[in-house]
Amino acid sequence: MTALTDLTIKQALDGLNNGDFTSVELTNVHLDAIESAKELNAFVTNTPEQALEQAKASDTKRANGEVGVLEGIPIGMKDLFCTEGVQTTASSKILEGFTPQYTSTVAQNMFDQGAVMLGKTNLDEFAMGSSNMTSAFGNVINPWKRNNDNKDIVPGGSSGGSAAGVAARIMMGATGTDTGGSIRQPASFCGITGIKPTYGRCSRWGVIAFSSSLDQPGPFARTVEDNAIMLQAMAGFDKKDSTSVNRDVPNYMSAMTGDIRGLKVGIPKEYRVDGMPEEIESLWQQGIAWMKDAGAEIVDISLPHTKYALPTYYIIAPAECSSNLARYDGVRYGMRVNDGGNLDDMYEATRAAGFGDEVKRRIMIGTYVLSAGHYDAYYNKARRVRKQIWNDFNQAYKKCDVILTPTAPSAAFAMDDDMNDPIKMYLNDVFTVPASLAGMPGISIPAGLDKDGLPLGLQILGRPFDEETVFRTAGVLEEAANFTAVPQLIVQKAA
Amino acid sequence: MTELIQGETGTWEMVIGLEIHAQVTSNSKLFSGAATAFGASPNSQVSLVDAAMPGMLPVINEYCVEQAVRTGLALNAKINLTSVFERKNYFYADLPQGYQISQFETPIVGEGSIEIDLADGSTKTVEIERLHLEQDAGKSLHDQHPSKSYVDLNRSGNALMEIVSKPDLRSADEVASYVSKIRAILRYLGSCDGNMDEGSMRCDVNLSIRRPNDELGTRTEIKNMNSIRFIKQAIAYEASRQIDIIESGDKVVQETRLFDTVTGETRSMRSKEDANDYRYFPDPDLLPLVIEQSFVDAINDNMPELPDEKKHRYINDYGMNAYDASVLIAEKSRAEYFEIVVKNRDAKLATNWLTTELLGALKKAEKDIEDSPVSAEQLGGLIELISNNTISGRIAKEVFAEMFETSADAITIVEEKGLKQVTDTGAIEAIVDEVLADNPDKIEQYKSGKDKLFGFFVGQVMKKSQGKANPAMVNQLLQDKLK
Repeated sequence: MTALTDLTIKQALDGLNNGDFTSVELTNVHLDAIESAKELNAFVTNTPEQALEQAKASDTKRANGEVGVLEGIPIGMKDLFCTEGVQTTASSKILEGFTPQYTSTVAQNMFDQGAVMLGKTNLDEFAMGSSNMTSAFGNVINPWKRNNDNKDIVPGGSSGGSAAGVAARIMMGATGTDTGGSIRQPASFCGITGIKPTYGRCSRWGVIAFSSSLDQPGPFARTVEDNAIMLQAMAGFDKKDSTSVNRDVPNYMSAMTGDIRGLKVGIPKEYRVDGMPEEIESLWQQGIAWMKDAGAEIVDISLPHTKYALPTYYIIAPAECSSNLARYDGVRYGMRVNDGGNLDDMYEATRAAGFGDEVKRRIMIGTYVLSAGHYDAYYNKARRVRKQIWNDFNQAYKKCDVILTPTAPSAAFAMDDDMNDPIKMYLNDVFTVPASLAGMPGISIPAGLDKDGLPLGLQILGRPFDEETVFRTAGVLEEAANFTAVPQLIVQKAA
Repeated sequence: MTELIQGETGTWEMVIGLEIHAQVTSNSKLFSGAATAFGASPNSQVSLVDAAMPGMLPVINEYCVEQAVRTGLALNAKINLTSVFERKNYFYADLPQGYQISQFETPIVGEGSIEIDLADGSTKTVEIERLHLEQDAGKSLHDQHPSKSYVDLNRSGNALMEIVSKPDLRSADEVASYVSKIRAILRYLGSCDGNMDEGSMRCDVNLSIRRPNDELGTRTEIKNMNSIRFIKQAIAYEASRQIDIIESGDKVVQETRLFDTVTGETRSMRSKEDANDYRYFPDPDLLPLVIEQSFVDAINDNMPELPDEKKHRYINDYGMNAYDASVLIAEKSRAEYFEIVVKNRDAKLATNWLTTELLGALKKAEKDIEDSPVSAEQLGGLIELISNNTISGRIAKEVFAEMFETSADAITIVEEKGLKQVTDTGAIEAIVDEVLADNPDKIEQYKSGKDKLFGFFVGQVMKKSQGKANPAMVNQLLQDKLK
């Protein structure tokens, strides 16, 4: 029999439904798995007692015939989602020990649908990073390793703990947030599936803000179908979030018909970037071939402002974050460093001690681009370019239904490979950032391995609020790719 | 009226523009559901949003938007159907978010104008630049502990309307009537209670001086004024300070100043150089605020009568002069009082009795019209007694003084004290004859041309009748008999 930790969410829901096992059993198996995979550092906070309580409650609910979309499923919660009574840190020292009195809408939606929270997963500090190396609570380690060495590999970021945890089979699914690729890139690096929904699809209320106009919660899981189940539970209008969009949530599970005949798949010529590894190019070609084989029509498209997307993103996101993070001032909650000076001294000491380098770097960039004399040259120009990027997609979607691209320009890198050059790190987001700026949905699914045996992802982008077509296409791609490789960690354990 | 100031080197003119911060009278805050009662215990009216807890998001309060639109319409201003909330970024302990949500480039209300009433009964039009909605900050309390400051967030997030005038004002008196008119408009609308002493209406004064009609000079901004009296004092001080600087060959520094109510002086708070760079940018947590024309129209259809409309109606319907009309409309409560008094009664008497006797007595007693010992109905009763000749105007003043003292009805006092006017011709004639008999010498003088003595005879008759003789009848009889 397959280990319970190897089940997909769908299989687990069926098993629970058939009475093959209980949520408490399922949860205990995962809690044990977490214990044996501690070296991954996937969690900032473990909540085993709460998980077992929720599992018990879920079993009771199920016995009473109340069955939510995620009834009894153990998941990880990115530590950016506020959870009542459970420390929520954004992986920053400045929020260490902060325990909210409220639960974010997305987390509450999931709990209402029966989700069991195993703990709060590690991330790049305030979701700023592409490697999970900026966490104040230590980096997360990717369960994958290269074939030829034993170096620790990064899980990607910012939702690194969630992605690594799902890949390592210590949770069945997890929440993430995607600002410029923080779901799709780690999904790609960890060989799992993750979707960034359309901006406004999932509520941001109670999610610690990085860049408000870009942040969007979304799920990780090991299959496309599991992502559809997770998103079903997470999504929905929230009147507490003014940017949340009031439209019905379709049935994502039934969107996966397996039929994409006649679907127009756009291939953007601007996504062939210099220095991209040959194997990523060939994986992309393979993806195109799979789409064709499934009866889709391939359309060449152009997204002419793609090359401006990264610089635009690295103006808008820091600008917003410089303002969003002003509230961490030591006055009301979280860390306070007070050396007896005046108010400004307290601010400086608190923020100097509480924020890590990457966060400080982005606050400084953001403050600079918004300051008098630079505002028009940077922030305003970036806003105009952002509109052009949005327009690129709108034009493209007149010719195609979805867009197929690689998720990231490389496989996951080792901890010591690329750490000292922030610009190089920023380039990781080159394929994910444009859709973030345009607010459009995108999914990453594992489609192959590189020469070192590390997973590579393909990305499918869709029209705003057309997650259904994204899921349908991704389902077909998933079947064609038949990605069955598992992380070395799992292989070692099985041995 | 431009009030010119005589300096050492010639005359100067002051140029003043005002920013009035008016707290929207609303049960809940601009972007959170928290309550807004004044005087509640510290930090008892604070939601998670107001305290800027992680992950909290603002949601616009539609009622506050409606009040801003109503106020904009009352200022005869353009309503912008699309407006944008921006963040004004700065650090302070009583600003939990580290930014204030305000409107910068695109306010909800654009240009408008109001009429202000000047002391000589004339009016002046003052242009309004804009009105925008913004959040209030909390309050820092520095006097509660020897070394610590306390923060009260009750006010944090309250909705403010900032009403910005163009630099159209030229004297402290004009500023005073501008502030009074804005306050009256807000109170008529009910969009703000206008209580300056509670801080629900505060005012920043931008002032510069120049040679009459010359180019604008460098201005200073006097922050956070909360009484008209202090505003006038601050303007007088600041104008003469600026004149002294320029006349001694120096330059006025553009800066923010505070008025010290103890010394009556303004002092520098911060100069332009250390001014914050507020890094305004559109708040990404809020979409642009879009309202429908039909929303504006519906508000417009339900506007109350506003001070100036009332004023013009009083002038037209009651034949009132502009000065009296402006006095009566200056306070909503005053106009309401007047409208009860004047109902089915003589408008001229009602106007005079209210503007001179009642307001005079209230001022002396330091009372507001809301607390008047004489109710509007009671004053109306007194006027009726004058109109139907039950008492004379002179007796009425006595009766009024009694009413003000005891809150009794006029008729009760008149009856108790037997103050009814004598209108019996025979009785009056007897007194007239008596007076004439007592003063043959005066008759002589009168007849030889000293017309002014007529008043002496009237006075003697009234005195003898204890003021109760009908003055018109006395006049008539005396004229007949002195022919």
